[in-house]
Amino acid sequence: MTDKSVSEIVARCEALYEDLNFTAAREWKEAEPGRKVIGYMPIYVPRELIHAAGMLPLGIMGGGDNLEVIHGDAYYQSYICRIPRSTIELGVSGRLDFVDGMLFPSICDVIRNLSGMWKMLFPEVYAKYFDVPQTYQDEVGGVFYTNEMREFLHDLEGIAGHKITDDDIRASIEVYNENRRAIGDLYALRAAQPWNAPASEAYLVIRAGLVLPVEEHTQLVRDYIAAASAEERPLKDNSRVILTGMFCEQPPLNLIKSLEMSGCYIVDDDFVLISRWLLGDVPTEGDPVHNLSQAFLHRSMSTAAKYEPDQAEKGQFLVRAVQKAGAEGVIFASTSFCDPALLDRPILQNVLKQAGIPYIAFKYAENSGQMQPIREQAGTFVDSIKLWSAA
Amino acid sequence: MRSPNVKAQPQDVVKDASMIKQKEMMASHYERLTGAPQTGAKVASTFVPGNLNELIMCFDLVNNLPEVNAIQSGLRKQSGGYIMEAERAGHSEDVCTYVKSDIGMMMKGNIGPNGKQLPNPDVLLLSYTGCFTFLKWFELLREQYKCPTIFLQTPYMADGKITKNMIDYMVKQFKEDVIPTLEEVSGVKFDIDRLREYLAKSAKAEDDLVHVLQSAKNKPSPIDAYFGGIYYIGPIFGAFRGTDDAIDYYRFLREEVDARVAAGKGPVTPDGDMGEEKYRLVVEGPPNYTSFRQFWKMFYDEGATVVASSYTKVGGTYDFGFRHDPSKPLESLAEYCLGVYTNRSLPMRIDMLVNYINEYEADGLLINSIKSCNSFSAGQLLIMREVEKRTGKPAAFIETDLVDPRYFSAANVKNRLESYFQMVEQKRSGKGVAA
Repeated sequence: MTDKSVSEIVARCEALYEDLNFTAAREWKEAEPGRKVIGYMPIYVPRELIHAAGMLPLGIMGGGDNLEVIHGDAYYQSYICRIPRSTIELGVSGRLDFVDGMLFPSICDVIRNLSGMWKMLFPEVYAKYFDVPQTYQDEVGGVFYTNEMREFLHDLEGIAGHKITDDDIRASIEVYNENRRAIGDLYALRAAQPWNAPASEAYLVIRAGLVLPVEEHTQLVRDYIAAASAEERPLKDNSRVILTGMFCEQPPLNLIKSLEMSGCYIVDDDFVLISRWLLGDVPTEGDPVHNLSQAFLHRSMSTAAKYEPDQAEKGQFLVRAVQKAGAEGVIFASTSFCDPALLDRPILQNVLKQAGIPYIAFKYAENSGQMQPIREQAGTFVDSIKLWSAA
Repeated sequence: MRSPNVKAQPQDVVKDASMIKQKEMMASHYERLTGAPQTGAKVASTFVPGNLNELIMCFDLVNNLPEVNAIQSGLRKQSGGYIMEAERAGHSEDVCTYVKSDIGMMMKGNIGPNGKQLPNPDVLLLSYTGCFTFLKWFELLREQYKCPTIFLQTPYMADGKITKNMIDYMVKQFKEDVIPTLEEVSGVKFDIDRLREYLAKSAKAEDDLVHVLQSAKNKPSPIDAYFGGIYYIGPIFGAFRGTDDAIDYYRFLREEVDARVAAGKGPVTPDGDMGEEKYRLVVEGPPNYTSFRQFWKMFYDEGATVVASSYTKVGGTYDFGFRHDPSKPLESLAEYCLGVYTNRSLPMRIDMLVNYINEYEADGLLINSIKSCNSFSAGQLLIMREVEKRTGKPAAFIETDLVDPRYFSAANVKNRLESYFQMVEQKRSGKGVAA
């Protein structure tokens, strides 16, 4: 049992969330000479490889609503989403000057092009577009991905100045398996007792995993689960909903709180998707790179940035999530100008329609400040769910 | 509706012989496509960047390009209505207008530019090259057409090079998935020698296309490599690459252009031969299609010729030496897909534009930034600054859209262009660039 209270844990996580100088990661790096930090953007990179190199993987999810974007806007037209401009702001303002490398996962054209921009703006920093397969046969996409990971490992060895062994990677896989288990337990607790583990708190606890060493984060998640389970907070007459579309640019914390205030229990979501991307444990026996590849190909989450080869399966992940979490409706919350989320939305909505699951949709940006319209829309949605349920 | 600024009626539009020939080719293709239900031909929908026309022809399939359909709808002033139809059905105002034009057209009966109904595709060949929207686009179409979908992933050339892993991955996809599924859909057995034959024909036409595009190094340039260039790339980016028709067309075009060079002539515009060449520009980004002629007129009225453009490389970059190679057919198709302009990293794109400005002795760079095309647009402001820095030539930025008429503001675009031409003049006269 932990002796830390929920409020203490959440306060720490909130301080980490608001710290746009990434002090925790800086302190980790400064604690020992030769330590390196590798930044990554949404959605997914195999953090196990970075960890195995003895480095700290640092999640960069843009600048949120507390960052004043001064330089970043000069790089983007008004019709591009906010995360690349606030990320550039973090870079040019020196907030990422301690980062030894940046990874830009294969997610959309904007993040893809940002990889090239980073190379030009910060030529002294290792910058890599991290490609992943969109075909899932072992001998095709699997081999491609394994080779890409091996090339990345080679780059990491160059930065680290030492070899990375298979045993190093196996040990890191185990550490991340523990983290995934803890996060799975947190999501299960929230789905079962959302009044005791609200989404606005769970989100902060998960976010802390982007800047802390994974071992420390796993303990923090466990501490929160223990503390939240020990409390008994009042049950409200809320509706249980799933949030989807927030897999890249993250919502402002106020948006999550506003949804909760308007009567939603958020029982599943796609925030900070990297923390739950691989489903279940990755085996620690055998070739660890192959194991990571297999997990990506066959046991990873579905999202708009990932191709679904089977039409019958398209969108079913959302139906299953609704069933698993006992949700009563789905809220599509997409970032403005987010091609993957907004193009995917009509397809997913059709799937929900066929399954008889109610939904609403709105757009946001990481710096959205006006929550009243969203609160009203979500409140009306909750009311309508209750009306339908009563009918 | 026609814009009041465009004086010439359609029958008054001046076209050179190659443009007329090109138009006939495109029309014949649409006849073949819309006639497919009668002839029994099967249809493969696919995309321009990474178009595998030679492979498609190996299976006797007819190539349907939804992007080109959207362009045709834009040129015919129909895309605006289609886009609104798609938005009414729940598609976001923020996303690609090609997609919405295509979906709106489908909802309104899929009538092609020849006034006849386009057939439903028998297969969606999702050749994923340089743009993530393609992936979503065909997921949307698959939901409607419920036909087999073949996915070909082209890795992104992020580090400026094509690796063995990339080629191997693509060749495996051809062998394991693309070719077997095309065999299944078409009922035609794959014959690699047939593919080699088509690829050899492609290379011949590509030689002549490069000759035509590089003719713009002459002063005056005999071609406009953006507005006119769009006519020139039509056959080779579409359904004709690998055919005798394409060889004939590009040879004919080459001779026509050579004759213009010999005569010291500039490009042919819709209002006839262009007058004095005052400005030579490189243009980055696609054009606007809903006011195509009006847009073009803003250039030629000022004596501005586009001598090189990135958009005419979106269906293949041939001017740096790539040719389809019959001696290594599948590898060559992979290399083609990897090399298209939007699959190149931002630093590669900058290098290309800088080279164009230097080699074509251009006065500067103009970026037409497209509201709904993140693949092109994200990063263009950095491209602009970097090209200016490296060439010392002025650059300018305008914003329009592909086929959404709501985002073409003629007055704004014209003002920007006029200011830009003044900047070029100032630069030439050594007065520096006005802030």
